[in-house]
Amino acid sequence: MASEPMPHTLLSPYRILDLTDEKGLLCGKILADMGADVIKIEKPGGDPARRIGPFYRDDPHPEKSLYWFAFNTNKRGITLNLETTDGQELFKRLAVSADFVIESFPPGTMDRLSLGRRCLEKINPGLILVSITPFGQSGPYVEQQYQVTDMILWALGGVMSISGDPDRPPNQISFPHAYLHGGAEAAQGAMMALYARSVMGRGQHVDVSIQQCLPMCTMNTMQYWDMYKVNLPCGVYKRGMVRADGSSLYNPRLWPCKDGWVFLMVGGGALRPLVLSSEALVAWMSERGAAGGLEGCDWEAFDSTTITQEEIDRQRRVIEPFLMAHTMAELYEEAIKRKILLAPVNDPKGMAESPQLAARGFFVEIEHPELGVRLKYCGPWVQLSRTPLSAWKRAPLIGEHNREIYEQELGLSREQTITLKQAGII
Amino acid sequence: MEKKWIFEGLKIADFCTAAVGPLPLKYLADHGAVVVKVESSQRPDVVRTSGPFKDGIYELDMSAWHPNYNTSKFGLALNMNRPQALDIAWKLIEWCDVLGESFTPGTMKRWGLEYESVVRVKPDIIYYSTCQQGQDGPHAQFRGYGPHASAVAGVYHLTGWPDREPATIYGAYNDFIAPRFATAALVAALDYRRRTGRGQHIDLSQYECGATFMAPVIMDYFANGRIQSRRENRAPDAAPHGAYPCAGPDEWVAVAVTDDPQWKAFCRAADRPDWAEDDRYRTLLARKEHEEELNREVASWTRLYPADRIMSELQAAGAPAGVVRNYEGLFNDPQMAHRGHFVRLEHAVIGEHHYDGSPYKLSKSPQGPRWAGPAMGQHLEKVCLDLLGMTEDELAEYVAAEVFE
Repeated sequence: MASEPMPHTLLSPYRILDLTDEKGLLCGKILADMGADVIKIEKPGGDPARRIGPFYRDDPHPEKSLYWFAFNTNKRGITLNLETTDGQELFKRLAVSADFVIESFPPGTMDRLSLGRRCLEKINPGLILVSITPFGQSGPYVEQQYQVTDMILWALGGVMSISGDPDRPPNQISFPHAYLHGGAEAAQGAMMALYARSVMGRGQHVDVSIQQCLPMCTMNTMQYWDMYKVNLPCGVYKRGMVRADGSSLYNPRLWPCKDGWVFLMVGGGALRPLVLSSEALVAWMSERGAAGGLEGCDWEAFDSTTITQEEIDRQRRVIEPFLMAHTMAELYEEAIKRKILLAPVNDPKGMAESPQLAARGFFVEIEHPELGVRLKYCGPWVQLSRTPLSAWKRAPLIGEHNREIYEQELGLSREQTITLKQAGII
Repeated sequence: MEKKWIFEGLKIADFCTAAVGPLPLKYLADHGAVVVKVESSQRPDVVRTSGPFKDGIYELDMSAWHPNYNTSKFGLALNMNRPQALDIAWKLIEWCDVLGESFTPGTMKRWGLEYESVVRVKPDIIYYSTCQQGQDGPHAQFRGYGPHASAVAGVYHLTGWPDREPATIYGAYNDFIAPRFATAALVAALDYRRRTGRGQHIDLSQYECGATFMAPVIMDYFANGRIQSRRENRAPDAAPHGAYPCAGPDEWVAVAVTDDPQWKAFCRAADRPDWAEDDRYRTLLARKEHEEELNREVASWTRLYPADRIMSELQAAGAPAGVVRNYEGLFNDPQMAHRGHFVRLEHAVIGEHHYDGSPYKLSKSPQGPRWAGPAMGQHLEKVCLDLLGMTEDELAEYVAAEVFE
């Protein structure tokens, strides 16, 4: 080991065959970003996920999907029709030297294609199979062949019931997240199986249920049901404080300001940072002569179990006009200086222009020779002191690496790859 | 043959609070690592001081929430007002393979426990730091919890209706994006160290993880100058698509029709074959043009029946639908039950209740959660005598010096 050069990335020794659609693209991206050789395998003509917008310059072209770009960074790409015997044979040849296969087909598909667990284990006992599906590999919803979209899982996973306002239907986030939680969790599970392999010398199956990834996103709503048999109603968080018995006071945490909204916590009691935050807010208002009745307020004595609606309303009558007199940017800058628990309700422009993200080198520019431009991407999602996420390649074009893989690596002749292409196998 | 725990023998010192710090270490503990969670009542974990509480008693060990984020860990509580408490911290650091902290940047440095100091003593340590916006940069000192990160990462802006202020998602939503990235990086770093002998500092910004989930939306601004905004439950390529009221109080079903066969199936299940022939609804473009009317018509049907019945009838006919599960619904969901998601564990103070199981099943490795999160300082003797190898006399001296809580 002493004579080998130290690897520059975390996952450089590993190869991953990525068969996922939008239910699992993020898994392969996370692993590719950490240095694994991820080969995205699409059906000839391109993966249907390339139809997901938004699109570069609003041109809905399979090589211009910003969604595809974002979640396939650092992957190479080949085309392969797994429904054919030639396709299955080629896949098995690749699987011999792969460390992971990630897939998101309906349960039973890999078996039907003669590429199931048992077969892969025989070819390569070290191979780790990661399956990302709505409900896992078995169970009543699988047997009944339940169809889903991202929103359907957001609903069945419990998050939709607490997203939105109390007087209208519950919501998903307008850019849906359920599949992304599944993909990110699958990356975690894949790494667990990798470490397990070093312990027991064999691969195994990682069976991810996207539905199961979601209840954790509802924070402590489980405990409200478990302890008090209370289902937290939609919009309760924006409304204010939820007490032990499930009742709530009107104490919204979303406050309008001059040019938008901010999320601000006001209170104290046992939570020291909140005490300091409330004191700092009052001190700032006091400097401007706007602290009113909040001057000298004892935030340590704040007791969320006994405070009345009247007291809360008195506080709001002082704070509201102060916030309305300032922009999100002004409030944000002062909050950071003064350690106030306040955040702007950022839109995409606010995120894109964040000085913090820029200073951290979070945005990276990647060449798109086929478009003749460099596009700006979200880059390193973690800073690592020894093996930084510093290599950034754009998502593959359809079949971009067919020659590299089929001819250079597997040794097919040009004539053979042309045959396979014409036959719709690659 | 007995299955081996993946991280058997891996030692972790957990100085974290809230969610994004403790959760990755909990996942390692659930898969066999030995994790010592260090707490202090001078700086109580916000998850302990928040509810719900057993019997409504507001005490640090009565929180039903904290144990769920700290399963399979050993608990140690230090009195940070005693200078010798730092001795114990250093013993843990010398003992551990991995250290985790989630303080505002600079805090660990004030105690001399930052990465640069620790790595002098433990050159191969894996040191996991997480905070809102990262260890450096102009906003590194930003104070906030998960909901603040959710605000900054665009979640609220993109939730709700265009004709009113943003809606929110209950709680610290962004806090549940970051741990998935953190755990993947942590375990990859462990594998890297196994191969090379080298550790490193992991600096995870919760904002950066949340932004990664929003990458296409941010790229839409960079490439096209578009500022996407909330559009309630509408989808650009499907109709009907939304949440519709059902017969019970606060009962809803999510329905998403994404192609012709699903639309015909929907009309069959709703016993409205006329909808499939109606010029307003026959094609996707027509349905998008008349979406408000369509949504009213769909609601007029779903309103008559329980949500579970709508879901099973639509799914049986061939159209995607899902009940908007609240927690009671999740506990009774047959698929969640099949996966054995909710696990019952006994807690030292509040007794037996439910915990989240693992969203993924490993076919060959055992998985926890192994036991409920600890009460404050629950494992003092286990940690000091067994794990750190102190003698009884040594421990007695520290106890006399009031180092522990």
